[in-house]
Amino acid sequence: MASPLTVSVVSADQEIWSGEASMVIAKTVEGEIGILAGHEPMLAILASGEVRVNATGGERIVARADDGFLSVDNDVVTIVARDAELVK
Amino acid sequence: MGAQLRVYRSKIKSAQTTKKITRAMELISASRIQKAQTRVAQTTPYSRAITRAVSAVATYSNVDHPLTTEREKLDTAAIVIFTSDRGLAGAFSSSILKEAESLAELLRSEGKKVVYYLVGRKAVGYFSFRKRDSAKSWTGGTDQPVFETAKEIADAVVEAYNLDDEEGGVDEIHLVFNRFVSMVSQVPEVVRLLPLEIVEGEEPETNEVFPLYEFEPDAETVLDALLPIYVESRIFNAMLQSAAAEHAARQKAMKSASDNADNLIRDYTRLANNARQSEITQQISEIVGGADALASAK
Repeated sequence: MASPLTVSVVSADQEIWSGEASMVIAKTVEGEIGILAGHEPMLAILASGEVRVNATGGERIVARADDGFLSVDNDVVTIVARDAELVK
Repeated sequence: MGAQLRVYRSKIKSAQTTKKITRAMELISASRIQKAQTRVAQTTPYSRAITRAVSAVATYSNVDHPLTTEREKLDTAAIVIFTSDRGLAGAFSSSILKEAESLAELLRSEGKKVVYYLVGRKAVGYFSFRKRDSAKSWTGGTDQPVFETAKEIADAVVEAYNLDDEEGGVDEIHLVFNRFVSMVSQVPEVVRLLPLEIVEGEEPETNEVFPLYEFEPDAETVLDALLPIYVESRIFNAMLQSAAAEHAARQKAMKSASDNADNLIRDYTRLANNARQSEITQQISEIVGGADALASAK
């Protein structure tokens, strides 16, 4: 199995969650996208909605993100939103 | 009580009252620095992520975006000055204003017109006292900045940036603010915000394949969406830095004021003791003299 993704979810005033994950599912302006390890570098604008992160420990993190974007580079996934909060 | 002694006593009293105030302000600032610093630290991941993303788009795509390309002729420059609302913070505001003046001087020598955006009551006061114009100003809340103000400032400068010269647009945006280095040191800093100067652009390693970024929906739209966010976050970061620096500067200024008050109190207490002593000596010699005179008169 490929090395896990390093994910961080960041809002304007703090880092909301960071850790390792096997998959990130987000909703961009073009539709839903799932990111696994080895994804090509990408920058996408997020549509407001939920971002789901499947952490390596088996937990599932759901965050709400408005006004943000997603960047993938070398298995580092950054989800940046002005307003973001953990749903659970 | 002699007149001299009364003068000293009132001076001691006034130094003591001043010391109480400066001491309280010192303690308040000291407790707020910590909070302000935490806020700077908390927003750092956000601004770092955005800066990295913006530099990625600017480096790995060849989009000609109005916000990233330098215009052919730069006629007007905007300077955003971040000062504090209140004084009693040492050279905090005046060093920023001095820095802004020298930047304006430099820009003028390059033949550019300078437009000012002011943040903080001190900058507004400085400009209105000299009867100089500013494009826009914001006051209140510089010691605890909120994101909404940053957004307002960002909207105003980006709007001016997008306007044509004839309509009062600007071609460059500079920020002047105090960077919080440590408790004892705050450095005035000048940053050119727009057009972009990517400083954090990580050089791709030579033997690696040039990473091909995929943009969704496309590079231009991504840049369009990113840049206002970038400007906002830079301005917000500047405001937070400036707030932390303000508290640190005020703490230092108030600490030396309290120390000075201590010195004054000590000096005046000695003088007052001296005056009291000489008063007593004089009274004794008067009594002795009087007794002598009565004794010899008999």
